[in-house]
Amino acid sequence: MSKAPLLSVKNVKTHYGPVEALRGVSLDVHEGEIVALIGANGAGKSTLLMTICGDPRASEGQIVYDGNDITQTPLHQMVRLGIAQSPEGRRIFPRMSVLENLQLGAFAGDPANFEADIARVFRLFPRLAERSSQRAGTMSGGEQQMLAIGRALMSRPRLLLLDEPSLGLAPLLVAQIFDTIREINRSEAVTVLLVEQNAYHALRLAHRGYVLVNGAIRLSGTGPELLANPDIQQAYLAGGKG
Amino acid sequence: MASQKFAGAVREAASVALVALLLAIPLVGFRLVDGLRGLTIDTRFDWVAWGVSAVFLGRLAIALSGTTRRLLPDLKSVGAALSNLPGGLSRFAGGAMLIGALLLPIVPFADRYVVEIAITVLIYVMLGWGLNIVVGLAGLLDLGYVAFYAVGAYSYALLSINFGWSFWLCLPVAGLLAAAFGVMLGFPVLRLRGDYLAIVTLGFGEMIRIILLNWKDFSGGPNGISSIPRPDFFGFPFARTAEEGQTTFHQLFGLEFSPMHRIVFLYYLILILAMLTNLFTLRMRRLPLGRAWEALREDEIACRALGINPTMIKLSAFALGAMFGGFAGAFFATRQGFISPESFSFIESAVILAIVVLGGMGSQIGVVIAAAFLILVPEFLRDFSQYRMVLFGMAMVLIMLWRPQGLVSHRSPSARLGGHA
Repeated sequence: MSKAPLLSVKNVKTHYGPVEALRGVSLDVHEGEIVALIGANGAGKSTLLMTICGDPRASEGQIVYDGNDITQTPLHQMVRLGIAQSPEGRRIFPRMSVLENLQLGAFAGDPANFEADIARVFRLFPRLAERSSQRAGTMSGGEQQMLAIGRALMSRPRLLLLDEPSLGLAPLLVAQIFDTIREINRSEAVTVLLVEQNAYHALRLAHRGYVLVNGAIRLSGTGPELLANPDIQQAYLAGGKG
Repeated sequence: MASQKFAGAVREAASVALVALLLAIPLVGFRLVDGLRGLTIDTRFDWVAWGVSAVFLGRLAIALSGTTRRLLPDLKSVGAALSNLPGGLSRFAGGAMLIGALLLPIVPFADRYVVEIAITVLIYVMLGWGLNIVVGLAGLLDLGYVAFYAVGAYSYALLSINFGWSFWLCLPVAGLLAAAFGVMLGFPVLRLRGDYLAIVTLGFGEMIRIILLNWKDFSGGPNGISSIPRPDFFGFPFARTAEEGQTTFHQLFGLEFSPMHRIVFLYYLILILAMLTNLFTLRMRRLPLGRAWEALREDEIACRALGINPTMIKLSAFALGAMFGGFAGAFFATRQGFISPESFSFIESAVILAIVVLGGMGSQIGVVIAAAFLILVPEFLRDFSQYRMVLFGMAMVLIMLWRPQGLVSHRSPSARLGGHA
């Protein structure tokens, strides 16, 4: 790829107090790609995603988005740059209705786009349209995940960061959510960086993948390459394709 | 088995009786009597003994029959039904209350006392609605709300006495000054949450009161400010006789002079101010800023991920909540004609916060019910003189057992599909 990547993480280190959670991570995400970041619990996947968003700040290294250094940019300005995230644990607003959650997703956007954007989210997730006046906290885990992704899409992002969209969901729902992510990437031209423990699904979906071990990138390659790699098969795919 | 149960019940009853004993000795056991040689202490330990025995036996009976909790669930289901009123019905209830409030001064039993009490209730309704923005919607626990009430009251008093400004000119100024103080309080506390925020706001409320108490040249110190101008009817005073070149209210309308005119005018004035607060909040809930307040209460990190800057949202909540406190303060000053730091002690903040919490954080109609309860019940209990506060406390405890989420815990969504966003 000759074009400069949309997002480029360069040798980033992140500390929680004295603990080094990321030990110099570099990765690139190109426009139009789905990139999966896989790894075991505690490898630093979510930390990397949050560092990209500016909370916590990287203690070393550089994060470049669309040609601009965003290493020091605070979290609440990311949306205006075109970076939306569906944070770890979904973090929907449980006492507010589905519609209100989506309206908050459009907080930083142009109100003129609201009708079109909500129609788009409801087309991707028809369940949300059915439940629009329901309190978000009373929905099932899968529906809440749909809402978290839909809410992130309301800001018309160029880059969508997803943290563990499969967490705690039934296998059938996981497949459904991942199909929708593929559709968002293809028909809506949204670039996706996906953090997942569910390596099998993530690598089948992604164009490229990175494997994070103890706060450093161990391996990278295209999705099919990584799926075929015997080390990966043993470490992350053993014991079924769940 | 049965003896074990009995022993447990006796133990339980004994521990409850012990608590009753500890409470009863100072409260019931000693009594100050105005004797021949000044005050003397009279003891009434027989009363204590009777009371403690009654508590012991009563508790024993409850423990043995095992019905301790049976009463509460019944009350709870009633409460649930009450709070799950559909939106239409609660709007109906709100409309009915408003019509009732509009008609109140006209109904036959509304004498001066009734209208005065209604004015007090409405002041607290307005303060409750103002604090509801900060505590109920934005979820920022503010224990010093009375400071803004004080700022509003002193603004009006000082501006009208020193510069002769009219009430209508002072009102927005009082609101703006209070809002400025809200921002002043807001800045240092932005990073704080929960308990820490509560402590700092508590300190702020006390600071304002102590400054007013000690800065004698400015605020009159503990003597307060008296002969604050009373409101007039857009330039026409409520007076028996007009001063040179003035027309009084009753002359304007060709009425017989009555002191009730001014009270009824004050009543409608506070009703309008309170309704403005209410309409403002209802409108804000449908706007992005108001929605962001509620979202901030739910999850601050998610808010930031959506591009909401918590700093601005919190400051706006503090400023707007404070502004309505300031309006209410200006009204309070003109109604009383006299203010002193005593009116703005911590207990006022506590009462206003209790109104918001009891009403069910964020519920507008809940605030009305709770304000009416907290102001009217002590008033009705005056006949019970010294047992008034005990009964009042008991009622509060029962309500919190019955409805821990507040009287109206139902939250109606601020938007519907197909409606305007």
